[in-house]
Amino acid sequence: MRFKRIWIMFKARNWEFFRDRASFGWNFLFPFLLVAGFGILFGGKEYTAYKIGVFPATRNPLPVAELKLPEAFKKTRFLQFVGFATREEALAKLRHHKVDLVVRAGSPPYRYWINDSSPQGQLAEKIFQASLSGPPDPALLQREQIHSTEIRYIDWLFPGILAMNMMFSALWGVGYIVVRYRKNGALRRLKATPLTAFEYLSAQMLSRLFLLMFTLLVVWFGCDLIFHFNVAGSLVSIFVMFFLGSLSLTALGLVLAARGTSEEFTTGILNFISWPMMFLSEVWFSLEGAPGWVKQFAQIFPLTHLLRGVRKIMNDGAGLLDVMPEILVLVMMTGLFLGLGAVLFSWDR
Amino acid sequence: MFKIAETENPTGKETMAPLLEVQHLVKKYGALTAVDDISFAIGQGICFGLLGPNGAGKTTTLEVIENILASTSGDILYRGRARTNQFKNEVGIQFQNTSLLAMLTVWETLQIFKGLYEETEDLDVLVDQCQLQEFKHQRHEKLSGGQRQRFLLALALVNRPHLVFLDEPSTGLDPQARHNLWHIVNTIKASGKTIVLTTHYMEEAQHLCDEVAIMDHGRIIARGAPEALIRTHCHGVTVVLPRRSFKKPPTALPLDLKEINGAVHIQTSNIDACLKQLLSCEVDLSDMSVNSPNLEHVFLNLTGRHLRD
Repeated sequence: MRFKRIWIMFKARNWEFFRDRASFGWNFLFPFLLVAGFGILFGGKEYTAYKIGVFPATRNPLPVAELKLPEAFKKTRFLQFVGFATREEALAKLRHHKVDLVVRAGSPPYRYWINDSSPQGQLAEKIFQASLSGPPDPALLQREQIHSTEIRYIDWLFPGILAMNMMFSALWGVGYIVVRYRKNGALRRLKATPLTAFEYLSAQMLSRLFLLMFTLLVVWFGCDLIFHFNVAGSLVSIFVMFFLGSLSLTALGLVLAARGTSEEFTTGILNFISWPMMFLSEVWFSLEGAPGWVKQFAQIFPLTHLLRGVRKIMNDGAGLLDVMPEILVLVMMTGLFLGLGAVLFSWDR
Repeated sequence: MFKIAETENPTGKETMAPLLEVQHLVKKYGALTAVDDISFAIGQGICFGLLGPNGAGKTTTLEVIENILASTSGDILYRGRARTNQFKNEVGIQFQNTSLLAMLTVWETLQIFKGLYEETEDLDVLVDQCQLQEFKHQRHEKLSGGQRQRFLLALALVNRPHLVFLDEPSTGLDPQARHNLWHIVNTIKASGKTIVLTTHYMEEAQHLCDEVAIMDHGRIIARGAPEALIRTHCHGVTVVLPRRSFKKPPTALPLDLKEINGAVHIQTSNIDACLKQLLSCEVDLSDMSVNSPNLEHVFLNLTGRHLRD
């Protein structure tokens, strides 16, 4: 080992990094954008441990002081109150773990609902009960439970994890690899053959789709052996939805792979897209209570529509016709991404 | 501005229509003109060499002809017509620098490339021809320089091309590997394929090419058969002697000579007279060498520079 060579390579690598202005700039910009994004989403507010759904209420953010609820409950810190117009709407969110407790605002007795499978709900209930002086009084409190099919958190979370894995695999497996091949000249060698860009991109897409669906099946059935998921709808419908989602995400990967020869810059762009998509598509947590524009913004991500569709089928027993809006959005996004990818694609730039 | 030096009927083979014609080709990168209005034609079945120092525009010219790069202006005709999609099926290309899909063996890569073409060569024949038998199940990233060049050559031949482009195929190879590669190129030539080759090795060009075009600063400065170019631009032979062989200053001799790096180079068209002159001046001839002129001298005479300056 010769340190001189190591030192020379160290310097050379640093020069390369600093002279690649795009990736150099990106390394500063990305953490800034991430922090700024979180700041906008959650900044200026207290951290909320529990989300309390309240109905009937149409205004969001809710004017908490005006709610007809126990004063001590309203003043409890770390609670976020989310308004719903109807009970059905509120209970649907409770069923999907998007809120921890649902309370009907009005005069006592206060009627409230919890989801038996939600540990958060059990704790939120204790807080609610404690906000009333003395032991729970049936005259003041009226406890209800959801008796529909139980949706465990794992049943809600699992599609999110699968979809997130798909997203990373699709974006990096296509976007990053194609850029690497462009950089090292492998694409240029292929350009000299009769292979067309369309053929090459199609092959990339099909290969990734195959890998994604194969992985999906292995992970799904492997995990099902351990967790015994509750699947309310049809497995075939779920896989159709995942297939459409994979198609859309892979097509997005092709757009990212269309140009560029800097792997580092591409890494930055991939992070820039995949991280917000992961957080805003409700992979890990619900956006319930987030500002309306954030929810609207999340609609631009294919992952949002994929997850919504899959959860409707898996958790609510919806059929393919019920998730037609999500299917249509995914199909349109796929078409758009494929078109963009094909138009922008370059073998060597 | 150079004037193109051209020999008459360079190969003696150009009786049929040319396979490839380059007409007033220009390629610019911003303010830089990499290829500056060059024209030439290549007959069928010959080996045509583009020679020149690094940066002369050889590779750019080749890549424009190959349709890898777009030209700024000018025309490229293949079989008398503009190139169509079929062109890629009929040409084989060996790039100067290239990567291939990773993690594959030589055989797998050949199979993949074979799958991209309509008409293809039998892979066993190709592996034999390019001497890849021992390595065909080895990952291509593990090949040595010479093995890799032969493998890249095999990839260029996988579609039974009529026209083969070889961009500096022997650069970086040791003499043995280079001669090995030349042998394979000669075999390809003997099979009737047309070869377009770039190189900065004059020996390689003289050994392989029927016709050469010498490029400098994006222009063709001389074109013709190697022997004809040498005949036209170089006269006689070069006698080389160490400076210490002279008892008196060599400049006192009535000879056309130059001192280069401690050696005296004497250009003469009459070797007998030259030797008599040297002996009469008591010059020690024990370390004398006599060099025939080559393309390097042609380039030197035309530009005043060595090819690898």
